[in-house]
Amino acid sequence: MTTISVDRVSRWFGNVVAVNDVTMTIGPGVTGLLGPNGAGKSTLLHMMGGFLAPSTGTVTLDGAATWRNEDIYNHIGLVPEREAMYDFLTGREFVVANAELFGLPNAGFAAQTAIDTVQMEYAADRKIATYSKGMRQRVKMASALVHNPSVLLLDEPFNGMDPRQRMHLMDLLRKMGAEGRTVLFSSHILEEVEQLAHHIEVMVAGRHAASGDYRQIRRLMVDRPHRYTVRSGDNRALASALIADDSTAGIELDLRDGVLHIQAIDFVGFTRRLPQVARERGIRLYEVSPTDESLESVFTYLVGA
Amino acid sequence: MNRTIARLTMRGLLSPRRLLLLSLIPLVLLAVAGLLRGLASGLAIDESTTVLATLGIGTVLPLVALICGTGAIATEIDDGSVVYLLAKPIGRPTIILTKYVVAVFGAVLLAVIPITLAALILVGADKGVVLAFAVSALVGALGYSALFLLLGVVTRHAVVVGLLYVLIWESFVGGAVPGAQALSVQQWSLSVGEKVADDGLISAAVSLPVGASLLTAVALFGLYFAVQRLRSLTLAGEQ
Repeated sequence: MTTISVDRVSRWFGNVVAVNDVTMTIGPGVTGLLGPNGAGKSTLLHMMGGFLAPSTGTVTLDGAATWRNEDIYNHIGLVPEREAMYDFLTGREFVVANAELFGLPNAGFAAQTAIDTVQMEYAADRKIATYSKGMRQRVKMASALVHNPSVLLLDEPFNGMDPRQRMHLMDLLRKMGAEGRTVLFSSHILEEVEQLAHHIEVMVAGRHAASGDYRQIRRLMVDRPHRYTVRSGDNRALASALIADDSTAGIELDLRDGVLHIQAIDFVGFTRRLPQVARERGIRLYEVSPTDESLESVFTYLVGA
Repeated sequence: MNRTIARLTMRGLLSPRRLLLLSLIPLVLLAVAGLLRGLASGLAIDESTTVLATLGIGTVLPLVALICGTGAIATEIDDGSVVYLLAKPIGRPTIILTKYVVAVFGAVLLAVIPITLAALILVGADKGVVLAFAVSALVGALGYSALFLLLGVVTRHAVVVGLLYVLIWESFVGGAVPGAQALSVQQWSLSVGEKVADDGLISAAVSLPVGASLLTAVALFGLYFAVQRLRSLTLAGEQ
């Protein structure tokens, strides 16, 4: 059982703060590191993986600092985001080389086991240069698993994977988590994290915005006020009908653009009521679009929460 | 030394296609040596040593060492694949030392041996010239490789910086400003050869004690700092 502790860690590059006073503990099981691009997820992962020194604070693996400490790699398997590998090798040669670099006594056997685990046997003897993105991802996984590490760090592992590969990798990570390994993966896609992680850490703009299981995070995200832009056959009549409903908090009649700006407080209630109200009044809906559904704004809301 | 790292570096650095391309450099030297030898009159021995010093030690050796020294590590740092070496419980000195041995091997194969052959073609086994150039080239390979390996770890523009050093500093400035020659791997290497060959056949700008100690210092310093830099190598600058 291995625990990663991040204690009051900040990291800045010049005068840009990438990670801002983050404290978190990652234990066994699958944890998702969720946040929009540029939130500092990679920076944090790099510090956990010992590839970046924290500007302040400490990052430790079972009490041992990760920076400038080669011994941690006996326990860590790392799946980097970047594509570059030793393209002139075959998948098998690459995994075997990794096993040898870990100093494993029976590198060939360990490599075979890892290749089987990621189901890459069928292409193991092809050059990596010929691999698709998903295949590369799986060989990277194999190379990270080959020494049976207690910690697995994955940077955006689902990027560029097709749905089938994604599902397979999810199963694999779930299994790793169930075996008691500490699995941490980063992603900017809520659904991915939600499906896989039993615990979620949310990063926004370098800060640790939220922490909890996916239900808690989901609730935080769903229960926030939502804004919608609606265009209909009769905006004024629709507005008067909607303001009487409990699901809205404010409506602005935008005469110039001919739309309604609606502030909804009950996400589920509003999306159910809007079409009903429109039908009751015989008002035709031309456009209903959430105005702040970008991930960025969802996260920004979380930071404020 | 780590055998796996050596194997990976070797395959990256000296793939058959690269080897073929790289061998063009020493082939030019050998061709020139053959041509000059074929001239009816032949060259005087001091003319031959000048050719070997400028074309061999002064051009082929640094170019090959630059390609091998930076290629042994800079490529991996550039594309990020070095992470697979770094995320292993392997001492950083082992990684640098292994890369160094491979780089020197490449330089021996593609520069030291061809330079020795060129000396044999041009001068023949006479007056210690062949041995002198073999030793000069070898110590030069040891110095250059360490220097260029360090460059590969320190800067993303290792090849450019290395070329500037070789072409501008050693050849151009060194040719015009005598003082600059005192700080040139080329001259330090030649200072070793100067002692091995018969008197007056090879001339270096520095004496053997100065050249040898500076060469040793640069090689050790280069390797030491390469290890230190690799310890603190940051891979986050990729976004």
